[in-house]
Amino acid sequence: MADEAPFQFLHSEVIQYVFGASDSGDAETGRNITKVESMGFRVGQGLIERLTKETSRFKDELDVMKFICKDFWTCLFKKQIDNLRTNHQGIYVLQDSKFQLLSHLSAGKQYLDQAPKYLAFTCGLVRGALSNLGVKSIVTAEVSIMPACKFQVMIQKI
Amino acid sequence: WRVGIAVIAKENYPLYIRSVASQSELKFHYTVHTSLDVVEEKISAVGKSLGDQRELYLGLLYPTEDYKVYGYVTNSKVKFVIVVDSSNTSLRDNEIRSMFRKLHNSFTDVMCNPFHNPGDPIQSKAFDGIVSGMMVQTG
Repeated sequence: MADEAPFQFLHSEVIQYVFGASDSGDAETGRNITKVESMGFRVGQGLIERLTKETSRFKDELDVMKFICKDFWTCLFKKQIDNLRTNHQGIYVLQDSKFQLLSHLSAGKQYLDQAPKYLAFTCGLVRGALSNLGVKSIVTAEVSIMPACKFQVMIQKI
Repeated sequence: WRVGIAVIAKENYPLYIRSVASQSELKFHYTVHTSLDVVEEKISAVGKSLGDQRELYLGLLYPTEDYKVYGYVTNSKVKFVIVVDSSNTSLRDNEIRSMFRKLHNSFTDVMCNPFHNPGDPIQSKAFDGIVSGMMVQTG
């Protein structure tokens, strides 16, 4: 319980720092989201290196995704992904019905337009982790009702 | 040389290479280079054989008359290669294993260092120190 609070506070502070208090234009917001996402990317790279130190080698892509949903998510948010779907063609949808970083925003639709800010870092985390495991991907997030959230991972085939 | 240690990136370029005695350094580089094929073979064999061995430690890659080559691969596909003199019979499999473990631990610290750029050659002094320690111990 105690160790998730610092991460949550730091995360909100990072967002506060990068985006600033004032409402800026769309272009600026887009740039800032990219900035937060790339921060997440670097953290994801390092984190996965540490987490996979003791595990045996992964069999395939699905094995990697399961690791992300279970161990990686548990390490970050103290819970597993609630639902993982795939079309077996390189698209995975990770569903979290109570995403921790959105849980302190009011539930429902009131702050829906603010949600992308709070998801960018996590998108980066997942992309960084996968990239370090040798899986190139694009990660996007989608929210319809807070605090539920879907992450879509599209694997880039080389 | 008595012993040499190399770290190879995912894309198969060297991140870190060090050996004791400089006169045969070229041969050491060559040995490490040739060992990568064996590593590749061992990684791609996963799932095909029945005794599905998926340990990070790959064991003895291949022995020759004058040296033994051991391999280890992380989940991020970074390879560690240790080459030791064949005359060095005191070295057991367990010790090699723990050497790799130590290397991996230190490498993880390097990766988590925010000032390190993943994919760049390793310049960490801490990592250097670990490797030096091993060379003294085995050399």
